[in-house]
Amino acid sequence: MEELKIEGSPKTPTIEFNPSTGYLLLRGRSIPENSIEFYKPLIDTLEAYNQNSQANTKVDVQLEYFNTSSSKCILDVFKKLEAINAGSSEVTINWYYEEDDEDMLEAGEDYQAIINVPFKMIEVEEQ
Amino acid sequence: MNNIHEFYDKMEKGNIMLSFKGEVTSDLLTSVLQIMESKMETLEEPPKIKKKVYNILVECLQNLYHHIEEDDKTTKANEKSALFMIRKEDDEYSIMTGNYMAQENVELMKSRLDRINGMDRDELKDYYKEVLNNGEMSAKGGGGLGMIDIARKSGKKLEYNFDPVDDQYSFFSLNVKVEK
Repeated sequence: MEELKIEGSPKTPTIEFNPSTGYLLLRGRSIPENSIEFYKPLIDTLEAYNQNSQANTKVDVQLEYFNTSSSKCILDVFKKLEAINAGSSEVTINWYYEEDDEDMLEAGEDYQAIINVPFKMIEVEEQ
Repeated sequence: MNNIHEFYDKMEKGNIMLSFKGEVTSDLLTSVLQIMESKMETLEEPPKIKKKVYNILVECLQNLYHHIEEDDKTTKANEKSALFMIRKEDDEYSIMTGNYMAQENVELMKSRLDRINGMDRDELKDYYKEVLNNGEMSAKGGGGLGMIDIARKSGKKLEYNFDPVDDQYSFFSLNVKVEK
């Protein structure tokens, strides 16, 4: 399996997924008008990865903010990770939020309530 | 020519930071969001307020964009046009939008807004999770989350109005406030 690398833009996040280390990074902002198209490569890659996953899968979500069009796609990403976690890999999700950013912390908690994978909420200093 | 001066004074007195009337395209959104982001950077507000205003602005503008796109084929030329304004006052920001809406969609929109306005913070959170998890995803990906998200982030009731224009259209005005 090949590594997935999507460079960030003013409307879309950086995405990196390395299937040989089981590391996924989502960083930046996610506000595209049509998010389904943007997230498709990641969803497809995770689907394929689930056939041959590492013992541990680590996920860092460092999103500044995302629109509601992205929020359903991000849920789909987490649902894939939930399936991977139910399979042969142990998944950990680190959800980063800037201090005082209650909206982002709450967004993480919303996903945590829906997805059956342990989330770790990590507060970082404002940039 | 005096009209231009009057316009200017009205906007100045109304504390309008930015206003736009016309067709809302993807390129326009990119530019406006960049302009607003750099304008906000110079303001002395806590980052969380800046983020809130920016987030709500993204949702409001993308609502306009999707609305216009969906109705593209069936509508008159002026129906494609929308208005938005951002106003900064001493104690709050307002994000205001206005667009034409087909009469047949007005009742549904009204009932959605009233439902959202009838909810407190916790109810909105639950409703958001419910729609996120079970709601049908529209072709654009939004699927009805936009207004719920706007209401949650604003923390205020959504002010709205529908002005009937003719048999076919109403003008939908929305005012979202963010307390400083």
